[in-house]
Amino acid sequence: MEATPSNGQLLFLAPLALLIIRGLRRFLDLPARLSWNNLLRYIWVPGVVLFLMGWVFNLHSPLLVDGYWLFVLLVVATVLVALRDYRPARTLLLALAPFLINKLLEFVLTGADGRLPKRFDQVLDTTQGFAIVWLITFIIIARNQKKTLEQERLQREEEEKAKRLIEAQNVELERLVVERTAALTFQAEELRSALTELRTTQAQLVQSEKMASLGELTAGIAHEIQNPLNFVNNFADVSVEMLAELREEQARPIRDPELEADLLADIAQNLQKIHHHGQRAASIVKGMLEHSRASSGERQPTNINHLADEYLRLAYQGLRAKDKTFNATLNTEFAPDLPLVQAIGPDLGRVLLNLFSNAFYAVRQRQLRGEAGYAPTVTVCTHQRGDQIEIKVRDNGPGIPETVRQKIFQPFFTTKPSGEGTGLGLSLSYDIVTQGHSGTLTVISEEGKYTEFLISLPINQAD
Amino acid sequence: MKILVVDDETDVRDLFQQRFRREIRSGEMSFSFAFSGEEAMTYLRAHHSEVLIILSDINMPGMSGLELLSHVKEEFEMPPTTMMMITAYGDDESYSKAMELGANDFLTKPVDFAVLKDKLLQLIP
Repeated sequence: MEATPSNGQLLFLAPLALLIIRGLRRFLDLPARLSWNNLLRYIWVPGVVLFLMGWVFNLHSPLLVDGYWLFVLLVVATVLVALRDYRPARTLLLALAPFLINKLLEFVLTGADGRLPKRFDQVLDTTQGFAIVWLITFIIIARNQKKTLEQERLQREEEEKAKRLIEAQNVELERLVVERTAALTFQAEELRSALTELRTTQAQLVQSEKMASLGELTAGIAHEIQNPLNFVNNFADVSVEMLAELREEQARPIRDPELEADLLADIAQNLQKIHHHGQRAASIVKGMLEHSRASSGERQPTNINHLADEYLRLAYQGLRAKDKTFNATLNTEFAPDLPLVQAIGPDLGRVLLNLFSNAFYAVRQRQLRGEAGYAPTVTVCTHQRGDQIEIKVRDNGPGIPETVRQKIFQPFFTTKPSGEGTGLGLSLSYDIVTQGHSGTLTVISEEGKYTEFLISLPINQAD
Repeated sequence: MKILVVDDETDVRDLFQQRFRREIRSGEMSFSFAFSGEEAMTYLRAHHSEVLIILSDINMPGMSGLELLSHVKEEFEMPPTTMMMITAYGDDESYSKAMELGANDFLTKPVDFAVLKDKLLQLIP
C-alpha cells in the first residue's frame, strides 16, 4: 500500500472491480448459475459512493480504498462460495483465500492513520507476494479444470445427442417394422388367397388335362372298340349260317358226321371268340371310364404288362386316327413273369399314355423331316430289378436337347406349337409316379438318336 | 384261286375260313394269312406266283397296308392281279392314296362278306 493513499484510487478500483466481475461472469457463466447475478453489475456503485463521500466530507483515509477493495474481494468470495458446487469456483476460492486473508489482516491491523505497525508490514508484504503467486497459479489451474469440464460436458452432450439420435432412429425403425409387418401380413393374406385360387385352378387343369388326353384317346378307343365289335358281329353272323348248314346236314339222308362235328366245333369256338371280343370291348370302355374319372386313389394289384400293352395300342391308334399317314413299329419286350404291382391303374395308365403319345409324336416329327431309311420305332420294355419294376419307353425320335430335358417335368412346359400341348402331361406324370406311387421317373436322351423314359416302381408300396 | 389276307388281328383267319368255308371246301378258293406287312412280303417272296389276290388291312403296326401295296408293286414284275385294301377309316385320303398306288378295290370295315364274296367270285377265271 502507498504511504499516501488517495481517494482517486477508488475511481480506478471501481472499473477494475467491474472488470473482475465481468471476467468472473464469463469464466463461471454466472447468468446461468447465479440468481442474483444482476446485482453484481452495480459493484462500481459503492466505490463511487465512497469517493463522493470522501470528496464531500473531505475524508482522506486509506481505509476507504482498502475497504472498498476488501468489499470487492468479499463479494467475489461470496459469489465463489455460492457456486461451491462448481469445481473451478472452488478452486478459485482456494486461489483467492490467501490473498483475501492477507488483505483482511492488513485491513484489521492497519491503524486509523493508515499505517501498518512495522513488525506486521514485513510479514504481510512477504505473504502478499506469496498469495499473488498462489492466486495466479490457482487461477490457471481453475482455467484448466474449466476446460476439462467443458470438454467433458461437450463429450456428454455429444453422447446425449448420439443417444437421442439413436432413440429417434429406433422410433423410426419401430415405425418401419410396424409398417412392414402390416404390409407383409397383407401380402401373406393375398398370397394365401392366390394359393387357394391356384389350387382350385390346378385341380381344374388336372381334370382338363385328363379330358384332353381322353380326347386324344377317343379316336383310338373308337377304333379299338370297332375291331372287337366287328368280330362279335361277324362271328355271330357266321355262326347263324353254320347252324343253318348243320340243320341242312342233319336233314340229309346220308349224313357226314365229320362235317357236322367240324361245324359244331367251329360254332363253339365262335361263341368263345364272341365272348372274348365282347370282353375286349367292355374292358376298353371300362378303361375309358376309369381314365376320365377322378382318381379314386385306390391301389390294386396291377399287371403292368397288360396296362402298358393296352395304352400303347390306344395311344398308337389315337394318333393314327388323327394322322392317317402315320406309321411306326411297336416293339414290346415284356418280362413274362413280372409280379403284380400295387398301383392306381388309371393313374399309371395316364402316365403311360402320356409317355407313348410323346414317343409317337417324337418319331412322327423325325419322320416328317424325311430322312432316308428312317423307321419310326417305339419300344416298351418291362423288367424286374430287385424290388422294383422298371418300365422303359424308348423312341428313336429326334431326342431331347439337354436344355429342354431339364425343364420337361415342369408344369406348363411344352415344345409343341401352342394349342397342341397343355404342358401338363409330363409334370402330372411325374407327380403320379413319384408322389402317387413312391417311384421315380427319369429321362435319358441323345440328340438325333433316341429318348428313353424310365419309370421305376417299388413292387410293394410303402403304405 | 389263292388269296392272301393281311391283317394284324389273328382272328381274321378263323373268320375268313368260316365265312368262305364252302368255297374252301369246294377248292374254289384257298386262303393264306399274314399278320403284318413284313410277313406278307416274306410270304409273297416265297409263293408269289401262286397268289392272285391280296386283301390287306391298311392300319397295321409297322409296315402299313399302303406301304405293302407300294412294295408289292415295286418288287414283283408280275404282281398279283388284284389288290384290295380294307380300312376302318373310309377317308378320302387313304382311298386316293391306295388308288394312286394301284389298288384295285377299296373296302371299309365292317366288311360286308356277301359283297366281298361277289367281288371275289367275279375275279375267278
